[in-house]
Amino acid sequence: MGSVKAELLRLWKWPATWVLIGVWLVMTLTFGYVFNYLALNGGTNTRDLSQQQLISAMQPENVGAAVVRGLPMFGGAIILVLAALAVGSGYGWGTWKTTLTAGPRRVSAMAGTLGALGIVVVLLVALTFVVNLGASITIASLEGWDWSLPGLGVFQALGASLLIAAMWTGFGVFLGVVTKGPALAVGLGLMWAIVTENLLRGVGSLLGPVESLTKVLPGGSAGNLAGAVGGSGAPGVLTDLSGTTAALFLVGYVVFFVGAATLLKVRRDLV
Amino acid sequence: MIVTTEKLTKRYGDRAVVDEVSLSVRRGEVYGFLGPNGAGKTTTIRMLLGLVKPTSGTASVLGEAPGTPKALLKVGSLIEGPGFYPYLSGRDNLRVHAARRGVGRTHVEAALEQVDLVGASDEKFRRYSLGMKQRLGVAAALLGRPELLILDEPTNGLDPAGMADMRDLVRALAAQGQTVLLSSHLLGEVEEICDRVGVISQGRLVAESTVDQLRGDTVLLIRADPIEKAHVLIEGSTLHGDVLHVRETDAGALVRTLVHADVDVQEVRPLRRTLEEVFFEMTGAA
Ligand SMILES: Nc1ncnc2c1ncn2[C@@H]1O[C@H](COP(=O)(O)OP(=O)(O)OP(=O)(O)O)[C@@H](O)[C@H]1O
Ligand SMILES: [Mg+2]
Repeated sequence: MGSVKAELLRLWKWPATWVLIGVWLVMTLTFGYVFNYLALNGGTNTRDLSQQQLISAMQPENVGAAVVRGLPMFGGAIILVLAALAVGSGYGWGTWKTTLTAGPRRVSAMAGTLGALGIVVVLLVALTFVVNLGASITIASLEGWDWSLPGLGVFQALGASLLIAAMWTGFGVFLGVVTKGPALAVGLGLMWAIVTENLLRGVGSLLGPVESLTKVLPGGSAGNLAGAVGGSGAPGVLTDLSGTTAALFLVGYVVFFVGAATLLKVRRDLV
Repeated sequence: MIVTTEKLTKRYGDRAVVDEVSLSVRRGEVYGFLGPNGAGKTTTIRMLLGLVKPTSGTASVLGEAPGTPKALLKVGSLIEGPGFYPYLSGRDNLRVHAARRGVGRTHVEAALEQVDLVGASDEKFRRYSLGMKQRLGVAAALLGRPELLILDEPTNGLDPAGMADMRDLVRALAAQGQTVLLSSHLLGEVEEICDRVGVISQGRLVAESTVDQLRGDTVLLIRADPIEKAHVLIEGSTLHGDVLHVRETDAGALVRTLVHADVDVQEVRPLRRTLEEVFFEMTGAA
């Protein structure tokens, strides 16, 4: 489909795509391996994590958990920024105007954007996996641990990662279309992903109904799914819901965000 | 008929920005869509491309409903300045657009050549001068050889040389039979390159005709000595200070009459109302 090809071509050559993916990979490496490795070897004070826990977290076997735990909050925020920028800046650049007058129907144009963003986000998750696996194998070899490759369970963790990433992508696309610009979309999205849900969780400890609500908000659902497939020890990871429930909420969010964004895009005048 | 609209109307709130506009663009002509700032040109064009839905009225583009793939694929457009990815080169921007339009790479090179951008095609769009950006916009509009070219103020922001280039380009396209709908608030431009014009003012189409019809009949200005004798000799002439005005097209016959009667003819030229005068009369902007 021409629309996907076109959109992929321009995302591929967009420096922001690679900057964001690069920043994310550096972050996941730093927080997942570098600091743990230093703590393990610097030795004296590993805080509340036992040596055993540190080693386990860095084992190649547990790379699935390492990938998924970063996504509910910080990884999600980066994906949201990517999606919000990709969709929102088209309004200021006037490229939506060019896109919507090129030929394909609006639904196809939107599907092209979503498809290409989807491919980029799958790539991001795949790269996260590869980089984390590389780091864990390197550390395990350096330290001379007995290690083995992850079992089939890793696919569950990767599937969960993709679902979480899809939700944040949809959220970003939705914000980009609703606000018709990159700045507000990114601002609101980051605020929501990093600040608002955490504040609500704080309030939730005082108010029961708010607490139940926070579990099923976008970030809450993502955190619960990550927790259910073995992620732990990262901000945003929760264990209040079953994996299935959390996954169903995430699917609901994806459908809502993508559906609402597409409907708006198709119906609204572009001026 | 390439484009027709029937009482096309767009309201924002209770203000009709485009008010019952019925216009028609014929195959092979360069149609000038003329009006002052805020007259509703861009809004009309947006409706022809399906970007904006009309409040009422209908439009048909190449026999299709505006904004449908069938219509869009046969129309190339540049609306209110070019919209491209700033970080991509001119060529990559056209490739992206070509992929959307479903046309091959050879078209990209051809379009770059047509607007004389081959030399700068690998530079980032962000670094283009205003004129280059505008030309890239036209190149994108030309991709896939559309039957209709819609150019919304294509000379906007261009210097006189750039404007002349753009006019030459449009004229060259017209010479190949390309149908063009061109909006402008520059009368000279429309006068120079358009076959027919539609004049829009405050959302209403106040006139639609050929440039000549719009100007009205030709009047000759005659400067001669003695002027009173000339005035008597030429039937129907009117004296304006030291010159005569006469509604007449055969200048040769006039001059012969005067010379035979021993009147010195110093100047004979057509005194045509410029489109500008007509325009101000019609739009009440004077
Ligand atoms: N989305 C909108 N909401 C409200 N008013 C609008 C909107 N879009 C356009 N207008 C108004 O409609 C009028 C016509 O605008 P339009 O852009 O069609 O004019 P134009 O003839 O293209 O003018 P210009 O020569 O300046 O480009 C303007 O007064 C503008 O303020
Ligand atoms: Mg305009």
